[in-house]
Amino acid sequence: MKAEARVGNGGNGNGRRRLALVASKGTLDGAYPPLILAATAASLGWEVGIFFTFYGLDILHKKRHRKLQVAPLGNPAMPVPVPNLVGALPGMTAAATRMMKGWMKRSNMPTVPEFLDIARESGVKLFACSTTMGVMGISEKDLMPGADIAGATAFLDFAADADVSLFV
Amino acid sequence: MTDQITPPAGDTSLAADLELDCKGLLCPLPVYRTAQALNRLRAGQILRVECTDPGSLADFPALARQRNLTLLSAADHEGVQVFHLRKEDE
Repeated sequence: MKAEARVGNGGNGNGRRRLALVASKGTLDGAYPPLILAATAASLGWEVGIFFTFYGLDILHKKRHRKLQVAPLGNPAMPVPVPNLVGALPGMTAAATRMMKGWMKRSNMPTVPEFLDIARESGVKLFACSTTMGVMGISEKDLMPGADIAGATAFLDFAADADVSLFV
Repeated sequence: MTDQITPPAGDTSLAADLELDCKGLLCPLPVYRTAQALNRLRAGQILRVECTDPGSLADFPALARQRNLTLLSAADHEGVQVFHLRKEDE
Protein backbone atom coordinates (compact mmCIF):
# COMPACT_ATOMS: atom_id res chain seq x y z
CA MET A 1 0.00 0.00 0.00
CA LYS A 2 2.85 2.31 0.88
CA ALA A 3 4.62 1.79 -2.41
CA GLU A 4 1.40 2.38 -4.31
CA ALA A 5 0.76 5.64 -2.45
CA ARG A 6 4.28 6.85 -3.23
CA VAL A 7 4.20 6.42 -6.97
CA GLY A 8 2.80 9.19 -9.14
CA ASN A 9 0.15 8.80 -11.78
CA GLY A 10 2.85 7.68 -14.15
CA GLY A 11 2.09 10.40 -16.66
CA ASN A 12 5.64 11.72 -16.43
CA GLY A 13 7.00 8.23 -16.82
CA ASN A 14 9.51 8.19 -13.98
CA GLY A 15 7.30 7.21 -11.03
CA ARG A 16 7.88 10.49 -9.20
CA ARG A 17 5.00 12.69 -8.22
CA ARG A 18 4.94 16.12 -9.83
CA LEU A 19 3.72 19.49 -8.53
CA ALA A 20 2.97 22.38 -10.90
CA LEU A 21 2.40 25.80 -9.35
CA VAL A 22 1.46 29.16 -10.79
CA ALA A 23 2.73 32.09 -8.69
CA SER A 24 0.78 35.15 -9.79
CA LYS A 25 1.11 37.55 -6.85
CA GLY A 26 3.95 39.98 -6.26
CA THR A 27 3.26 40.59 -2.60
CA LEU A 28 5.14 39.42 0.48
CA ASP A 29 2.19 37.36 1.71
CA GLY A 30 1.59 36.04 -1.80
CA ALA A 31 5.20 34.90 -2.28
CA TYR A 32 5.42 32.55 0.69
CA PRO A 33 2.73 29.93 -0.08
CA PRO A 34 4.11 28.79 -3.46
CA LEU A 35 7.67 28.77 -2.12
CA ILE A 36 6.67 26.78 0.98
CA LEU A 37 4.72 24.26 -1.10
CA ALA A 38 7.60 23.92 -3.55
CA ALA A 39 10.20 23.34 -0.81
CA THR A 40 7.92 20.79 0.85
CA ALA A 41 7.16 18.86 -2.32
CA ALA A 42 10.86 18.76 -3.26
CA SER A 43 11.59 17.38 0.23
CA LEU A 44 9.07 14.61 -0.45
CA GLY A 45 11.03 13.68 -3.55
CA TRP A 46 8.56 15.24 -6.00
CA GLU A 47 9.41 17.07 -9.18
CA VAL A 48 8.35 20.71 -8.83
CA GLY A 49 7.91 23.55 -11.29
CA ILE A 50 6.67 27.08 -10.58
CA PHE A 51 5.41 29.36 -13.34
CA PHE A 52 6.03 32.95 -12.20
CA THR A 53 3.62 35.15 -14.10
CA PHE A 54 2.47 38.79 -14.02
CA TYR A 55 3.29 40.35 -10.64
CA GLY A 56 4.35 36.92 -9.44
CA LEU A 57 7.44 37.36 -11.63
CA ASP A 58 8.66 39.92 -9.06
CA ILE A 59 9.47 36.91 -6.83
CA LEU A 60 12.18 35.99 -9.37
CA HIS A 61 13.33 39.61 -9.86
CA LYS A 62 16.77 40.12 -8.32
CA LYS A 63 16.02 43.58 -6.98
CA ARG A 64 12.27 43.52 -6.48
CA HIS A 65 12.04 40.25 -4.57
CA ARG A 66 13.83 41.84 -1.61
CA LYS A 67 11.21 44.60 -1.56
CA LEU A 68 7.96 42.65 -1.74
CA GLN A 69 5.31 44.26 0.43
CA VAL A 70 2.02 43.49 2.10
CA ALA A 71 -0.70 46.15 1.89
CA PRO A 72 -3.12 46.95 4.72
CA LEU A 73 -5.37 48.71 2.18
CA GLY A 74 -8.29 46.46 1.28
CA ASN A 75 -6.90 43.77 3.58
CA PRO A 76 -9.32 42.92 6.40
CA ALA A 77 -6.99 40.22 7.76
CA MET A 78 -4.53 42.46 9.58
CA PRO A 79 -4.12 41.38 13.24
CA VAL A 80 -5.22 44.85 14.29
CA PRO A 81 -7.85 45.75 11.68
CA VAL A 82 -6.72 48.84 9.78
CA PRO A 83 -9.55 50.98 8.35
CA ASN A 84 -9.02 51.51 4.62
CA LEU A 85 -8.83 55.28 5.08
CA VAL A 86 -5.89 54.77 7.45
CA GLY A 87 -4.36 51.99 5.36
CA ALA A 88 -4.26 54.39 2.42
CA LEU A 89 -1.98 56.82 4.29
CA PRO A 90 1.67 57.06 3.26
CA GLY A 91 3.87 54.67 5.20
CA MET A 92 1.13 52.20 6.14
CA THR A 93 2.18 49.58 3.58
CA ALA A 94 5.78 49.87 4.75
CA ALA A 95 4.62 49.45 8.35
CA ALA A 96 2.56 46.34 7.55
CA THR A 97 5.51 44.92 5.62
CA ARG A 98 7.89 45.51 8.54
CA MET A 99 5.39 43.79 10.83
CA MET A 100 5.13 40.70 8.62
CA LYS A 101 8.90 40.49 8.13
CA GLY A 102 9.19 40.70 11.93
CA TRP A 103 6.83 37.73 12.36
CA MET A 104 8.79 35.71 9.84
CA LYS A 105 12.12 36.46 11.49
CA ARG A 106 10.80 35.64 14.97
CA SER A 107 9.47 32.32 13.63
CA ASN A 108 12.85 31.45 12.04
CA MET A 109 11.23 31.45 8.61
CA PRO A 110 13.55 31.98 5.65
CA THR A 111 13.25 35.21 3.68
CA VAL A 112 11.93 35.11 0.10
CA PRO A 113 15.49 35.13 -1.37
CA GLU A 114 16.49 32.35 1.05
CA PHE A 115 13.46 30.29 0.00
CA LEU A 116 14.46 30.73 -3.65
CA ASP A 117 17.92 29.40 -2.79
CA ILE A 118 16.27 26.38 -1.13
CA ALA A 119 14.08 25.88 -4.21
CA ARG A 120 17.04 26.06 -6.60
CA GLU A 121 19.17 23.73 -4.49
CA SER A 122 16.22 21.31 -4.36
CA GLY A 123 15.98 21.22 -8.15
CA VAL A 124 12.71 23.17 -8.42
CA LYS A 125 12.15 24.40 -11.98
CA LEU A 126 11.62 28.16 -12.01
CA PHE A 127 9.68 29.17 -15.13
CA ALA A 128 9.81 32.92 -15.85
CA CYS A 129 6.79 33.95 -17.92
CA SER A 130 8.14 35.46 -21.13
CA THR A 131 4.95 37.39 -21.82
CA THR A 132 5.24 39.13 -18.46
CA MET A 133 8.87 39.95 -19.23
CA GLY A 134 7.82 41.52 -22.53
CA VAL A 135 4.87 43.42 -21.07
CA MET A 136 6.77 44.74 -18.05
CA GLY A 137 10.13 45.31 -19.72
CA ILE A 138 12.01 42.75 -17.63
CA SER A 139 15.13 41.18 -19.14
CA GLU A 140 16.92 37.94 -18.32
CA LYS A 141 19.66 39.77 -16.43
CA ASP A 142 17.02 41.16 -14.03
CA LEU A 143 16.08 37.64 -12.93
CA MET A 144 17.61 35.24 -10.43
CA PRO A 145 20.14 32.86 -11.97
CA GLY A 146 18.51 29.52 -12.68
CA ALA A 147 15.25 30.98 -13.98
CA ASP A 148 14.03 29.36 -17.20
CA ILE A 149 12.36 31.78 -19.59
CA ALA A 150 9.27 30.08 -20.96
CA GLY A 151 5.84 30.68 -22.35
CA ALA A 152 2.61 29.15 -21.12
CA THR A 153 3.05 26.29 -23.57
CA ALA A 154 6.26 25.03 -21.96
CA PHE A 155 4.70 25.28 -18.49
CA LEU A 156 1.51 23.49 -19.56
CA ASP A 157 3.63 20.76 -21.13
CA PHE A 158 5.24 20.30 -17.68
CA ALA A 159 1.89 20.64 -15.86
CA ALA A 160 0.12 18.16 -18.14
CA ASP A 161 1.88 15.34 -16.30
CA ALA A 162 1.46 16.84 -12.82
CA ASP A 163 -0.26 15.02 -9.97
CA VAL A 164 -1.03 18.31 -8.21
CA SER A 165 -1.54 21.68 -9.92
CA LEU A 166 -2.26 24.86 -7.99
CA PHE A 167 -2.76 28.51 -8.90
CA VAL A 168 -1.54 30.80 -6.14
CA MET B 1 -5.28 8.94 1.98
CA THR B 2 -7.11 6.63 4.35
CA ASP B 3 -4.31 4.19 5.17
CA GLN B 4 -2.81 6.32 7.95
CA ILE B 5 0.19 4.71 9.54
CA THR B 6 -0.46 4.30 13.24
CA PRO B 7 2.95 4.32 14.83
CA PRO B 8 3.74 2.97 18.28
CA ALA B 9 3.21 6.24 20.09
CA GLY B 10 5.46 6.27 23.10
CA ASP B 11 8.66 4.45 22.22
CA THR B 12 11.20 7.27 22.09
CA SER B 13 14.04 5.19 23.51
CA LEU B 14 15.08 3.75 20.13
CA ALA B 15 18.74 4.11 19.22
CA ALA B 16 19.31 6.53 16.34
CA ASP B 17 22.13 6.81 13.82
CA LEU B 18 21.53 10.54 13.42
CA GLU B 19 19.67 13.10 15.53
CA LEU B 20 18.09 16.26 14.18
CA ASP B 21 16.89 19.20 16.24
CA CYS B 22 14.06 21.04 14.49
CA LYS B 23 12.70 22.69 17.63
CA GLY B 24 11.59 26.27 16.99
CA LEU B 25 11.12 25.69 13.25
CA LEU B 26 7.86 25.81 11.34
CA CYS B 27 6.72 24.04 8.17
CA PRO B 28 8.39 23.47 5.75
CA LEU B 29 11.73 23.56 7.57
CA PRO B 30 11.40 20.40 9.74
CA VAL B 31 10.49 18.29 6.69
CA TYR B 32 13.10 20.04 4.50
CA ARG B 33 15.87 19.46 7.06
CA THR B 34 14.73 15.89 7.60
CA ALA B 35 14.91 15.24 3.85
CA GLN B 36 18.46 16.64 3.81
CA ALA B 37 19.47 14.52 6.79
CA LEU B 38 18.04 11.38 5.16
CA ASN B 39 20.43 11.92 2.24
CA ARG B 40 23.28 11.29 4.68
CA LEU B 41 21.84 7.94 5.83
CA ARG B 42 21.96 4.47 4.33
CA ALA B 43 19.00 2.13 4.06
CA GLY B 44 18.24 0.60 7.47
CA GLN B 45 19.60 3.54 9.47
CA ILE B 46 17.40 5.47 11.88
CA LEU B 47 16.91 9.23 12.16
CA ARG B 48 15.55 10.85 15.32
CA VAL B 49 13.86 14.24 14.88
CA GLU B 50 12.60 16.63 17.54
CA CYS B 51 10.04 19.28 16.54
CA THR B 52 7.87 21.88 18.19
CA ASP B 53 5.56 22.56 15.24
CA PRO B 54 2.31 20.77 16.18
CA GLY B 55 1.66 20.23 12.45
CA SER B 56 4.57 17.80 12.43
CA LEU B 57 2.34 15.14 14.03
CA ALA B 58 0.38 15.10 10.76
CA ASP B 59 3.35 15.88 8.50
CA PHE B 60 5.79 13.16 9.52
CA PRO B 61 3.45 10.22 8.82
CA ALA B 62 2.82 11.86 5.41
CA LEU B 63 6.56 12.32 4.84
CA ALA B 64 7.08 8.64 5.68
CA ARG B 65 4.45 7.63 3.11
CA GLN B 66 5.84 9.86 0.40
CA ARG B 67 9.51 8.97 0.93
CA ASN B 68 8.94 5.26 1.68
CA LEU B 69 10.29 5.59 5.23
CA THR B 70 9.16 3.56 8.20
CA LEU B 71 7.87 5.73 11.02
CA LEU B 72 8.96 3.74 14.05
CA SER B 73 7.64 6.16 16.63
CA ALA B 74 5.80 9.45 16.90
CA ALA B 75 5.25 10.95 20.31
CA ASP B 76 4.33 14.31 21.79
CA HIS B 77 5.98 15.11 25.11
CA GLU B 78 4.93 18.45 26.58
CA GLY B 79 4.95 20.27 23.27
CA VAL B 80 7.98 18.50 21.78
CA GLN B 81 7.22 15.97 19.06
CA VAL B 82 9.75 13.16 18.72
CA PHE B 83 9.94 10.96 15.62
CA HIS B 84 12.06 7.97 14.68
CA LEU B 85 12.26 7.30 10.94
CA ARG B 86 13.99 4.35 9.32
CA LYS B 87 15.32 4.82 5.81
CA GLU B 88 14.35 1.96 3.51
CA ASP B 89 15.67 0.84 0.15
CA GLU B 90 14.86 3.36 -2.58
